[in-house]
Amino acid sequence: MIRPPLGPFRLASGGRIDRQEPLTFTFDGVPYVGFRGDTLASALLANGVRAVARSFKYHRPRGIFSAGEEEPCALVEIGEGHARVPNCRATVVPLEEGLVAASQSGWPSVNFDLGRMVDFTHPLWPAGFYNKTFKWPNWKTWEGLVRRAAGLGRPLEGPDPDRYEQVNAHCDLLICGGGPAGLMAAQVAASAGLRVILAEQSPDCGGVLNSENIELDDQHGSDWATRTVSRLREQPNVLLLEHTVVTGVYDHNVTTLLQTGQGSTWRECLWTVRPRHVLLASGAIEQGLIFPNNDRPGIMLAGALRHYVNRHAVVPGTAVVVATNNDSAYQTVFDLLHLQVPVSAVVDSRESISPALQKRLQMAGAELIQGACISDTRGFGGLRSVRIARHEGTDLGHRACDLLAVSGGWAPRVHLLAHARGTLRFDEPSQSFVPDRLPAAWSVTGAASGMQHLQQTLDDAALAARRISEQLGHPADDLAVPQVTRGMVEPAEVGAQRPTASRKRQWIDLAHDVTLGDAELAVREGFVSVEHFKRYTTTGMSVDQGKTGNLNAFIVLGALTGRATGEVGTTTFRPPYVPVTLGAMAGIRSGEFYAPRRLLPAHLMHQKLQGQFEDYGWQRPDAYPRPGESLHDAVQREVLAVRSTVGVFDNSPIGKLEVRGPDAARFLDRVYINNVSGLPVGRVRYGLMLNENGVIIDDGVFIRLAQDRFLLNTTSGGAGRIAGMLEEWLQCEWRDLRVLVDDLTTQWACFTVAGPRARDVLTALGTDIDLAPAALPHMAAACGLVAALQSRVARVSFSGELSYEISVPARCASALLEAILAAGQPFGIEPYGIESLMVLRAEKGYLHVGTDTDGSTTPDDVGWGEVARRKAGDFIGKRSLERPANRATDRKQFVGLEPIDPGRALRPGSHLLIGADRQPPAVTDGWVTSACHSPTLDRAIGLAMLRGGRSRIGEIVTVCDEEQRFNVKVVAPVFYDPANARLNT
Amino acid sequence: MLLIKCPYCGVRDQTEFRCGGEASRARPDHPEHISDPDWAQYLFYRENPKGLLRERWVHRYGCGQWFIVSRDTVTHDILDSLPMGDLPPKGRDAP
Ligand SMILES: [Zn+2]
Repeated sequence: MIRPPLGPFRLASGGRIDRQEPLTFTFDGVPYVGFRGDTLASALLANGVRAVARSFKYHRPRGIFSAGEEEPCALVEIGEGHARVPNCRATVVPLEEGLVAASQSGWPSVNFDLGRMVDFTHPLWPAGFYNKTFKWPNWKTWEGLVRRAAGLGRPLEGPDPDRYEQVNAHCDLLICGGGPAGLMAAQVAASAGLRVILAEQSPDCGGVLNSENIELDDQHGSDWATRTVSRLREQPNVLLLEHTVVTGVYDHNVTTLLQTGQGSTWRECLWTVRPRHVLLASGAIEQGLIFPNNDRPGIMLAGALRHYVNRHAVVPGTAVVVATNNDSAYQTVFDLLHLQVPVSAVVDSRESISPALQKRLQMAGAELIQGACISDTRGFGGLRSVRIARHEGTDLGHRACDLLAVSGGWAPRVHLLAHARGTLRFDEPSQSFVPDRLPAAWSVTGAASGMQHLQQTLDDAALAARRISEQLGHPADDLAVPQVTRGMVEPAEVGAQRPTASRKRQWIDLAHDVTLGDAELAVREGFVSVEHFKRYTTTGMSVDQGKTGNLNAFIVLGALTGRATGEVGTTTFRPPYVPVTLGAMAGIRSGEFYAPRRLLPAHLMHQKLQGQFEDYGWQRPDAYPRPGESLHDAVQREVLAVRSTVGVFDNSPIGKLEVRGPDAARFLDRVYINNVSGLPVGRVRYGLMLNENGVIIDDGVFIRLAQDRFLLNTTSGGAGRIAGMLEEWLQCEWRDLRVLVDDLTTQWACFTVAGPRARDVLTALGTDIDLAPAALPHMAAACGLVAALQSRVARVSFSGELSYEISVPARCASALLEAILAAGQPFGIEPYGIESLMVLRAEKGYLHVGTDTDGSTTPDDVGWGEVARRKAGDFIGKRSLERPANRATDRKQFVGLEPIDPGRALRPGSHLLIGADRQPPAVTDGWVTSACHSPTLDRAIGLAMLRGGRSRIGEIVTVCDEEQRFNVKVVAPVFYDPANARLNT
Repeated sequence: MLLIKCPYCGVRDQTEFRCGGEASRARPDHPEHISDPDWAQYLFYRENPKGLLRERWVHRYGCGQWFIVSRDTVTHDILDSLPMGDLPPKGRDAP
């Protein structure tokens, strides 16, 4: 064998790599060189890097086990800084110039890992160890240890700098897999005129044709794949997506595809595809073998070894032993011997091997050991030798080797079929689960359906595509199926897994460090259902989801419990098939694109006024701090301005629903706990809305604009929700009512002018509305011109002051605000923000639904019980108020709180205990719902829900604010102007 | 993700709709006359059948109309969609 200088294990010729394009990369800081066409795994193997990771639990060195997405061991970090991606499978990372990769689970390094202490003390860490930590003595004892020892990779810090895309697509036929079956089917379906999407997870289509020495019509299989791909690319009705994994199948056959960008501006793209039919052509995954110390670097799947030899021209060893329970691994022997790589022994667990195969092996000069298995392996950082024994125990001695190719048979990739709720059955000859009942609009072909023979696969794929095309109304032409002129050794009859009796650890799940001993313990402790077994041992629960180990786990569980594997069944395969980044799921919906910013119609004015904005669903000013002024000080100033002179508040986001029709009043009588039909035109009333459980869901005033027309104010976040609820009642329940609901929230801008000088400001603005208290009293509304703008003026107040709400069409918002500020200037008008409004309303004890109330608050709890009881007719939620729990006397009720020390600030969320100087633990008696420093009273005040609160006015209760305790006095929930004298001026 | 046919707009993606639960639910005509257990039955108890179920859905990000969908809760097959008014008179809880 001639080895080139670049990579000691690289062949001089062959493979699908471009030797003219060397690529430098680093692994754990060491520079290496690979070629275009390599994966990170093949390049590491070519450079003789064997241990690339430490195992999850025992921190044992691990190498590269597979050549695909099924990899259980070789998890690495790719990239640096914020772009670093943890838990990448080295086997599917295409090599790029300058690639930076690092091992992630070893500390301080992959070759010297202190965590391996766990390995030396492994009897202390059995299956279910984690679960048992919760029982004895308690989780806290173990938490630090477990958290340090376990885990995969480091999470990212800071924002992800990569871009992600999402695409929705429809097609007639989605083909999952671009191997020989998928390509064949795509050709037939495309020629029939179907709109086809073909998704292949590798960066190029071809599957086994690219990694095996197969000839189709006397040409190399990969050439046929290349030609087929270029023909398909010319077809306008075919979308060929390479480097794209079908990750999940959901209801109505919706599938998700994860595409990895190749030289694109985005890193990943998540497709949502609605196909009329799905063809599963996803092939099969080779399974491992169970034997003592079967986890050392240098132990690799036999098919993966062929992949590295044939596709990447890498022979990652010098002395090879092959262990198998089926025929397919013999192809590995022939491929290696063809390259003059010595294979010292083939260990076959079966008693009888076909004579033809025996003869071929003999001619090649490899020793065959039948009815035997590997009884131990040696070599800490990498394999050095294996020990062989007959099943009954006869030791056959050591064989020196640095590479052990194993094959435990092939498991069809049926995960997607299971997502779609197809069923599986256990097939004894192939010792694997194969498709049984297919979901509607599904077909399976090739190795995914359990086929071994390539010619059969090609013929069946063509036939399946024809059938699908006909079903979908596109009869297909006859298309020549290529003939396999050089095939490969097929698995044939697969021998059952026969783990040897050994006290050494035999891994079932390499990724999660689950051993045969763990399986035995789980069964001893009664976890014999496959779903319990999985969760107790955690087998198949790592990043790889047990793709190379689950089948063996099910077989072992069957053997341990005396059941047939088919009877044991499988665990439930759930999406996603491979890990999907959160970035791909979010797409562009992050940061500024998470949700559109809703701006007030007078947003620019508020900016000019130096408003300090916050997102409340709308961008709203909290307050308008002056230069050097804190938000708190600004709020105190604004509140005092409203109390002493006048302020203006932009209330435009408040919900505005117009309800009209002959039955509008009748309808609203059923919606509010308050009487609506008795309200005169031009008058305003405050109302509460409940859900059918009697819980307050919204509040606000409503105006009767005409006999058959109302304007409802809802909370600013509630407009859409309440409009939807009203529609539901009208459309589904009270279809006889003639009522229309319109959400006009964004149509109207609304400004509140509040304070003792409010009437003066309105007069200065110029209006034809009679502002005399007798003509426009509190809770009345009128339409007219204000500042020459068509307006509606309502005397309502959330501040407790004389207050006018002026509504104008949204486009007039800035004009009106400008006019108000100008007209108010002589009176010292100040704009006030939502934080100031919250202080004003807290001083008055006005309810803020969702802040002071929660999902259990009834009208009686907040002092509106009498109104609800007095109301004659039925309304939504009324009946529920009669239920015993809602009539209980010890319910939490709305009260005010005054700290004994007036400077002591209350914090919302603090718990209350009845009585002075109480100490938890105790059952909570309530909690603070709102709190602020009242500038008007110059003291701390709070609102709260307190058990039996209304009967406790004047009592002292204890506030528990985290570790602090202090006493407060319970008072009525109104701190300022309880007689409402200021409202009615 | 289901494909749902709005009787007014045609077949659309599930994300345009909101499910309002079982269609057979009907508000008692005289809540004040029924017992607490009967009221609880209306509030909290549902058929939740395995198989065919009639549900009310609203085309929330479309025409805004409520309608009745017949859905198989096992397969998620949607058998038909009917406008609200086309539904046969619903059974009322006994007053
Ligand atoms: Zn619609």
